[in-house]
Amino acid sequence: MAYMHLNHIDVCYDKKINILENLNLEVEKGELVSLLGPSGCGKTTTLRVVAGFIEPKAGSFQLENEDITKVPVNKRNFGLVFQSYALFPHLNVFDNVAFGLKIRKLSKDEIAKKVNEMLEICGLEEFKDRFPAQMSGGQRQRVALARALVIEPKLLLLDEPLSNLDAKLRVNMRMEIKRIQKKLKITTLFVTHDQEECFSISDKVAIMNQGVIEQFDTPENIYQRPKTEFVARFIGFENFIPFTKEKELNYKAQNGQLFDSDSTCETSNCIGAIRPEDIQIATKEKSKNVVKGVVGVRTFLGKSYQYETETDLGKFLVNMQADINLKEGDEINLYFPPNKLILVQKSNA
Amino acid sequence: MRKNKLLTIFTIVVFAFLMIPLFIITVTAFGKGTAITFPIKSFSLKWFYNVLTLDSFKTSFLTSLEVALLATFIALLVGVPAAYALARSGIKGRQLIKSIFLSPTIVPGIVVGFALYQFIILTLKIPVFAGLLVGHFLITLPYVIRIVGSSLEQFDFSIEEAAWSLGSGKVKTFFQIVLPNITSGLSAAFMLAFINSFNNIPVSMFLSGPGVSTFPASLMNYIEYNYNPSVSAVSVLLMLCTVIIMVIVDKTLGIASLAK
Repeated sequence: MAYMHLNHIDVCYDKKINILENLNLEVEKGELVSLLGPSGCGKTTTLRVVAGFIEPKAGSFQLENEDITKVPVNKRNFGLVFQSYALFPHLNVFDNVAFGLKIRKLSKDEIAKKVNEMLEICGLEEFKDRFPAQMSGGQRQRVALARALVIEPKLLLLDEPLSNLDAKLRVNMRMEIKRIQKKLKITTLFVTHDQEECFSISDKVAIMNQGVIEQFDTPENIYQRPKTEFVARFIGFENFIPFTKEKELNYKAQNGQLFDSDSTCETSNCIGAIRPEDIQIATKEKSKNVVKGVVGVRTFLGKSYQYETETDLGKFLVNMQADINLKEGDEINLYFPPNKLILVQKSNA
Repeated sequence: MRKNKLLTIFTIVVFAFLMIPLFIITVTAFGKGTAITFPIKSFSLKWFYNVLTLDSFKTSFLTSLEVALLATFIALLVGVPAAYALARSGIKGRQLIKSIFLSPTIVPGIVVGFALYQFIILTLKIPVFAGLLVGHFLITLPYVIRIVGSSLEQFDFSIEEAAWSLGSGKVKTFFQIVLPNITSGLSAAFMLAFINSFNNIPVSMFLSGPGVSTFPASLMNYIEYNYNPSVSAVSVLLMLCTVIIMVIVDKTLGIASLAK
């Protein structure tokens, strides 16, 4: 049994719309798991169910084999970090961090010792006497993290903690979070809509769409082998070809053309997905997996150009090295390598 | 910066329009004669002495002070939790309930006064002072709910959630986290509620009874029969009190906090 287990969770709003539907999630001790998805996909709702702010309509939530679905927020002993930092404006850094320990009625010396230790881990010793209003966003976020961690929580819950920071600070802070999380070996749930942030920090990622987890796997597996069209789109696949299965590893497109793919597909209908940078220009000897197209609009991406290409099978986005120079109206043959053409299931959105 | 002459003149005119009556009243308070005249012919402090020794002023001033303080205090006790509930819970018809709470400020004072007279004096037959207190509580409550409500709405809800997650119960969180962060709203609510109660005439007129009268009511009564510089003297004293309170507020919280 996993350390943390969400079991068939249903959440609805106004008794009508299902925000979460039959959601299951298992997290092992010490793991950092991300919930990734576009806004409105239910990732924050999931986190709030775990935190205890929302009581699910159905389902249960187990931690260390104990059902704590009905335990109120203040008895759960979870550390929370919010997007808005949510520091107590009238208390200084030391008292902000000490708040949870004071509630637990620890002795003054113990509180001082623990708080100072945590401030050191988070690199905040010199800011002890500052008030939240006198600090920068990154510093405040570190205070929020220290405040959540000092109570030695069973779970650390992070709700888009980096989205109010500027790009450079964000990268530093996520390394910091990862370092502290590994050092304290604390099981962590991390909510984000930023794919790069999520992949760089997580042990596992749950990609959510419309209240359902579409795929739950390691970042590497998700990146290389998305299971559904939604997941593929979310992680940068731009080109999709609807297929029917002819025989194993052999698929027919709508115009009758046959394609090879190294990936497998259980159902007879599926979608072939490929990233713009994985499409190549066909060499003479290639005959399979080749589509003839006409070059359209060109966009400069820095390392490469992106071409919009019109073909029998619809529009494709193709990235080419900057030294290959194509002009609008040029005819080209596109080659879809079988190992890059991934088969995914159709999503309901 | 480029100065606009016309605007400067306009500002001076408006300012003069506001200040000249106050100036005239202040000057007349120091006259010697029994009629209010401007400019005064000779200087005297006898009207101030008269006001401070007049029994009806003294007792009614204390009554007003007592009523205003008590009513405001009760309004805070009731209004702060009500404002909290309105700001935080997702109950249906929240907007409607809010407007109902604010209705005493929209309905003309004389109508509120008469309605309360009907209900409190004629139907319930509550003692005069208690009745006065109930009336003033009702006219001060909307200010408390409105002002405290708006400062609660500005207060980030996730700060409370953070406190809960750290193990603090809801009541404890309210006293330790929410209240210390809305003090400016609370004092603004207190000031406005107090001033409104203290200055109120229509409701007090209906609810006063034998021996119990509020300060503005007895002042009006006095003016009807004695039109002398005592009235100016009272005004000067009241202005002085207000200025002192404002200076204290400005020194402790800043006037800007009242405008929030």
